[in-house]
Amino acid sequence: MLGYIPALPFLGFLVLSLGGRVLPRSAAAVIGVGTVVVAALLTMVVGIRWLQVPPVPGEYNLLLWNWFTTGDLSVAFRLRVDALTLVFVFIITFVGALIHIYSTAYMKHDRDHARFFACMNLFVGAMLLLVMADNLVLLYLGWEGVGLCSYLLIGFWYEMPANCSAANKAFLVTRIGDTAMLIGLFLLYRQLGTFDIQTILQRSPHQFLRGANDITLIAFLLLAGGMGKSAQIPLQTWLPDAMAGPSPVSALIHAATMVTAGVYLIARMHVLFLLSPQAMAATALIGGITLFVAGCSAMVQTDIKRVLAYSTISQIGYMFLALGLGAWGAAIFHFFTHAFFKALLFLAAGAVIESLHHEQDIFRMGGLRRRLPLVFYTFLAGAAALAALPFVSAGFYSKDPILWYAYSARGGSVFLYLLSLAGAGLTAFYSTRLVVVVFGGEQRTPVTEKPGKVMTIALVILAVLAVTAGFIEWPRGLFSRFLEGVLPAPVLKDGLPSEGLFQLIAVAVTLLGIYSGYVLYRRRQEVLLRWRQSARIRAVRLFFLNGWGFDALYRTLFVRPFLFISGINKPDWLDWLNKGVVRASLTLSSLLSVSQNGSLRWYIAGVLIGVLFIITLQFFL
Amino acid sequence: MTPIGANTVLVVAAALFVLGLAAALTRKNIIFILIAVEVMLNASGLAFVAAGAKWHQPDGQVMFLFILAMAAAEISVGLALVLQIYHQHKTLDVEDLKELSD
Repeated sequence: MLGYIPALPFLGFLVLSLGGRVLPRSAAAVIGVGTVVVAALLTMVVGIRWLQVPPVPGEYNLLLWNWFTTGDLSVAFRLRVDALTLVFVFIITFVGALIHIYSTAYMKHDRDHARFFACMNLFVGAMLLLVMADNLVLLYLGWEGVGLCSYLLIGFWYEMPANCSAANKAFLVTRIGDTAMLIGLFLLYRQLGTFDIQTILQRSPHQFLRGANDITLIAFLLLAGGMGKSAQIPLQTWLPDAMAGPSPVSALIHAATMVTAGVYLIARMHVLFLLSPQAMAATALIGGITLFVAGCSAMVQTDIKRVLAYSTISQIGYMFLALGLGAWGAAIFHFFTHAFFKALLFLAAGAVIESLHHEQDIFRMGGLRRRLPLVFYTFLAGAAALAALPFVSAGFYSKDPILWYAYSARGGSVFLYLLSLAGAGLTAFYSTRLVVVVFGGEQRTPVTEKPGKVMTIALVILAVLAVTAGFIEWPRGLFSRFLEGVLPAPVLKDGLPSEGLFQLIAVAVTLLGIYSGYVLYRRRQEVLLRWRQSARIRAVRLFFLNGWGFDALYRTLFVRPFLFISGINKPDWLDWLNKGVVRASLTLSSLLSVSQNGSLRWYIAGVLIGVLFIITLQFFL
Repeated sequence: MTPIGANTVLVVAAALFVLGLAAALTRKNIIFILIAVEVMLNASGLAFVAAGAKWHQPDGQVMFLFILAMAAAEISVGLALVLQIYHQHKTLDVEDLKELSD
C-alpha cells in the first residue's frame, strides 16, 4: 500500500499530460484531485495503523525494484517510512489534497487546466519520492523533480516575460544549492561507499572524527543544498519572485513541498550535522539571520503575496535555527504547524485576489471584513498562527520552543535569542498590518465575485487546523514523543533560568508587535504619514522593500560580469575550432567533386588508373 | 599438332583485354561499350582457362563458369538500363548523358 502513495500522483501526472487535450475539463479535475486525495486517505490509513500497532524497528520498508547496478554500486528503488517521513508524507498529501481541491475552483476558467493539474500532481509525487526515498540517489531524483515542477508552475502563465524570468531565477538559484549538494553526496559516497541513508547514518560516527575537515565539508555542502531549496540567505532571492505563479502553486511551494525539502534533508542527515559542530553553528546562524532579514522585508512589502513569501522565508529561518541548535523535533513541529497556516494564508490571499479581480496591492484592498467575512475569519486564524498569538494558535506552540532553545540549547546564544525574539516581534507586526490593511478600514476596490463553496471548504478545514494543530504538543508533548526514535532530543546548557520567564518575554514581544501594528495602521495613521516624510526612513523602507539589496548585489556581482563575458564571446571564439573543421572538409569535398563530371569515359579511366596503381604497388611491397 | 603454350594464350588474352579496354574508352554508343566490357570479361576468362590448364587445376574452368554467369546477369541489367535511357533521352551517346555530374 505504501507504494501507491507516491505512485498515484505520478499516475495522475501521466494521464493528464498524455491525455490532457482529449479529456473533458471535469475529468481532468477529477483525476488531478482524485489521485492526491486518495494518496492522502492512504496516508491516513497508514498513520492510523502505525498509531495502533507501532512497527517494531520503527519503520515500514518497501523494496519496489532494483533501479540500476554498475560495478560495486547498486541502487534500489526502495521506499522507507519512519516517524519523520510519516509527518512529511501526511503534510504533503493532506495539505496538498486541500490545495488541489481549492484549485479546481481557482483554476476553473484557465485555458491550461489539465496542464496545471498535471504539474501539481508531479510536484506532489516528486516531493513524496524525496521524503520516502531510502537512498540518496532516489532522494536526489525527487529533489530535482521538485525543482523542475517549481520551474514549470512558477512560469505557468508563460506568456508574460516576467513570469518566465521568475521561473528561470527560481530554477537557477536553487540549482546552485543542488550542485553543492550533489558534490556532497559524491564525497559521502567516496568516504562510505554507499548511498543508503540508514547505512550512512550508522557508519558515519565510526568513519568520521567529530569536527574533522571531511565531515564538515560534507555537512556544509548538504547545508548549501538545503539553503537553495529552502530559500535561506544567501540563496533566498528566488522565493519572492516565485509569486508569479498562481496562488495555489504558491501555497503548495510554501506549505507542503519544495521549501521544506531543505529542512527535511538536514533533519534526515542529522547524524552528519551532529558530527560537525561548525556546520550546526552555521545552520543556526543562517537561520537566525534569515528570519530577521526576511522579517524586516515582509514588514514593508505592499504586494500581499510578497508579504507572505517573505514571511515564509522568515519561518523557514526559524526551522533552520532550530535544526542548527539540535532541536530537531522543534523544527519539524514548526514545519508541521507552518504548513497549515501558510497554506491557509496563501489560499485565503488567493480568494481575496480573485474576488478583487487580480488586485494584489494591499493598500488598494481594505474593508473586506464585511464583504468577505468567511475569508476574513479564516485569514485571521492563519495570521494569528503566523504571529504566534499566545495560547489560541498553532504557531505559538511551535515557535515558542524554538525561542527557548535559541538561548538554552548547547549551541544557543544571547545573539541568536535576540534575533529570534526580534523576528517574533516583526512577524506579529506584519501579520497584524496585513490583516488590518486588507480587511479593515474603507473599501477601495469593489468585490466582483465571492469565493465559491469549494474554496471555502478548504479554507475552513485549514483554519481549524491552524488553530488546533498546536495542541497535540501541549501539554504532554505527543508530537516530540512520536519523533523520539528518529531524532535525538536537544542538549541543553547547565544552570538555566526557568522556561516560563522566556515564554513570558516571547508573549510580551508578540503582543507588542501586534499592538504596534494595530496602532500604526489603524488608530494613528498620521504617525505613519509623518514617518514617510523623513528621507532616512524612506531610504530604509526602500532597502527593506528590495529585500536588503540582495538582488542588486547579485546583479552586479554575477549577472553583469556574466553578461559582459558573454558579450565578449558573442562571435563565439571557441566555435571557430568547430567551424574550421567544417570549412576544411567542405574545401576537400569541393576539390574531390571536380572529378565527378558525369563522363563515363572519365570514370572508366579512373578505375583503370586505380587498378594499375594497385598492381604496381604489388611489386614494391 | 603441337600444343599451344600457356604464355601464348596469356598474350592473346592480354591483347583481347586491351582491345576491349580501348573500345570501352573510345566508343560513344553505350551498346558498344557494353560489348567492349563483354570482350574484356572473356579475355579474363581465357586467361583463367589457360592458367588452369598450365597448372592442371580445375579452378580456372570453374572461374570461367562464374564469369559466364556474371556476364549474363550484367548484360541483362545493362540492356534494361539502356532501354530505359533510350526511352527517356532518345539517345545512347555517352557524351550527351552527363546528368550525374556534380
